[in-house]
Amino acid sequence: MDFSFTEEQTLLRNMVQSFVQDNYDFDSRMKIVRSEEGMSREIWGQFAELGLLAAPFSEEMGGLDGGPIDIMVIMEELGRGLVVEPYLPTVVLCGGILSRHASAAQQEANLPGILGGEHIWALAYSEPQSRFNAGDVLTSAKADGEGFVLNGTKAVVAAAPWADKFIVSARISGEQRDRNGIGLFIVDKSASGVSTQDYPTVDGNRASEVTFENVAVSGDALIGDATTGLSILEEALDHGIGAICAESLGHMKSLNDATVEYCKTRKQFGVPIGSFQVLQHRMVDMFMEYEQSVSMTYMVNMKLSEGEEERRKAASGAKVQIGKSGRFVGQEAVQLHGGMGMTEELSVGHYFKRLTVIDTQFGNVDHHLKRFASA
Amino acid sequence: MDVEFTSEDQAFRAEARKFIEDNYPKHLIGADRGDLSKEDFLAWHKILAEKGWVAPSWPEEFGGTGWTVTQKYIWNEESAAFGTIPPLPFGIAMLGPVIYTFGNQAQKDWVLPGIKSGETWWCQGYSEPGAGSDLAGLKTRAVRDGDDYIVNGHKIWTTLAQHADWMFCLVRTGAEGKPQAGISFLLIDMKTPGITVRPIITIDGGHEVNEVFLEDVRVPAEHLVGEENKGWTIAKFLLGNERSGIAGVARSKKAIDRLREIARGELEDGAPLLESSDFARRISELEIDLTALEYTELRTLASESKGQGPGPESSILKIKGTEIQQRITELTMEAVGNYASPWVPQLDRGDNYRAIGPDHAEGVSQTYFNTRKTSIYGGSNEIQRNIIAKMVLGL
Repeated sequence: MDFSFTEEQTLLRNMVQSFVQDNYDFDSRMKIVRSEEGMSREIWGQFAELGLLAAPFSEEMGGLDGGPIDIMVIMEELGRGLVVEPYLPTVVLCGGILSRHASAAQQEANLPGILGGEHIWALAYSEPQSRFNAGDVLTSAKADGEGFVLNGTKAVVAAAPWADKFIVSARISGEQRDRNGIGLFIVDKSASGVSTQDYPTVDGNRASEVTFENVAVSGDALIGDATTGLSILEEALDHGIGAICAESLGHMKSLNDATVEYCKTRKQFGVPIGSFQVLQHRMVDMFMEYEQSVSMTYMVNMKLSEGEEERRKAASGAKVQIGKSGRFVGQEAVQLHGGMGMTEELSVGHYFKRLTVIDTQFGNVDHHLKRFASA
Repeated sequence: MDVEFTSEDQAFRAEARKFIEDNYPKHLIGADRGDLSKEDFLAWHKILAEKGWVAPSWPEEFGGTGWTVTQKYIWNEESAAFGTIPPLPFGIAMLGPVIYTFGNQAQKDWVLPGIKSGETWWCQGYSEPGAGSDLAGLKTRAVRDGDDYIVNGHKIWTTLAQHADWMFCLVRTGAEGKPQAGISFLLIDMKTPGITVRPIITIDGGHEVNEVFLEDVRVPAEHLVGEENKGWTIAKFLLGNERSGIAGVARSKKAIDRLREIARGELEDGAPLLESSDFARRISELEIDLTALEYTELRTLASESKGQGPGPESSILKIKGTEIQQRITELTMEAVGNYASPWVPQLDRGDNYRAIGPDHAEGVSQTYFNTRKTSIYGGSNEIQRNIIAKMVLGL
């Protein structure tokens, strides 16, 4: 048994940590969030230079041969900085799908753009009616000669306003919620018939409603085969869960540190409020929630490469833990900061808001409790 | 034991409901508090003032309605059920009772009419950066200079101060003895030179609260309420009034109705979310807790009708009431699924703005974030528990 990180992973953590400290303090982050585009292309370029965008890919693909644990290390540190640049959708979700399931030709055509930082990707899978069921797909892909024609709307697609390319789930055959018959397609955002309605989200990110109207794609755009797209998609979402669990650790750690510090320095009734036992116990509970979340995050990221059944159960279990802990830590951090915790000026509220979105992202506690029970 | 209302009470309920339905401004039905202008805030207030119903809790000689405790309860219930924007609390619920209890005749004559008509908008200058839960630790100083006080200090969390004409303010006039001993209650004209109001934007993106800076602000001594250095008694009296009605049972009932409506419209695997046993169970849990709170409030009310004032037990109403409000907003946010995330601030909406997702998802996250304040303000829930521990349990 060994829960230690390799030397490379420790170096990776140190590098990301100091990059975030030097380039992504809270003020810089808020400037980026409030800018017209809502992200920094400069930061994204630096991610490429630092090799972060290449980290999880194999050497043959031009990557650094990392795995889920490396992504975990990166995401945790990005979480501490509340980084909004689209590492998750581009590298973890879409990059992951391409590296695991795309043909050699598809990889050759698309991975260099991801590794080099030229292209941003978004995973367009949820729909207005689908809630958290990725298999509830109305967007259709009709075979048309060698290719397909896509029609439908995808909901709350994270990072879509910045994206150059999408991976889109669409139904090739079967009924609305059939597990079989879903395909995953690579679609250029600039393709004719693709339109987006862009907006900010509560956590300082950007997303879009993406509409496909008679969008023609070639047969080469289909990843894998025409029936098993949902399995590929679910696997990617489980990897996404591993990554946002790690991201949330960064948030919870930052909130716990900030809260303890605040309670040590904030004086009322002539003493630091941290001297009140009732508040001490609350902070102990926050600390324990964080530690339990660390455990579940390690667990899920070690099991992502296992068989489907084990992976599903691990991912849903971890997501439930993070959903509950993130909510508890976020709410308590605001409460213990009093009025100050309610202000936009402090980072506390922004961590809280990101944790709130993470609870919903890829399915909330209720959804994953059910999925865990059925796994 | 009997929880039925008398036929007189039921007739009153019908009258109250009809009055609200007939007179409530149409454009404010269902309006979001965050989007209201000063005129919007005052519109219903002014209609009620005209009717003579704006200050039911005041004694009749100062313009109260003479309603029984039960009638006041019914009025609040009907108002909440309709979703009215209640009259501003700063004048009606907070300052008014202070003035008719502690003020001199001149103060009664000029302050009370302005509160009732809505002509004077008051704000509450209590908290300071260093004085929150420990309110008596306040440092804003008022020094006597001839017929005036000269006030210097810094107030915070001043709700809707951006609209206020006047502020009632706790200031330090004495340094002797316990911190509570040197506090006075002053009325300050917000137009006086030396006052700066700075907005505080909260995590829901709203501008409700402010900081108020006072720099050599000259306040005529006639605006002192009660005696110098005796303001703490008034401050506590006011906080006691602030706590009553904080349970918000009727408003929470309405919010649960809305939650149910949303859950009926949201789909999970093709079926309404409301039919999910998990989700239905969580709504039921909320409803049961709210029923318990309702009966706890009714019990308080019954003893109030017998002339026993709300005791420290009313802290239960604050704690449970706010916890339930927070859980409702949380579950409502959960109900809308992915559409809880979009956030387009009012100011950024162009003419071509289209709502993102279903209409019922609009603003649910903002409401959730905003409602986190309820366990902090009005005496944090930690302070309320201290009150129960000390005053009720004798610990």
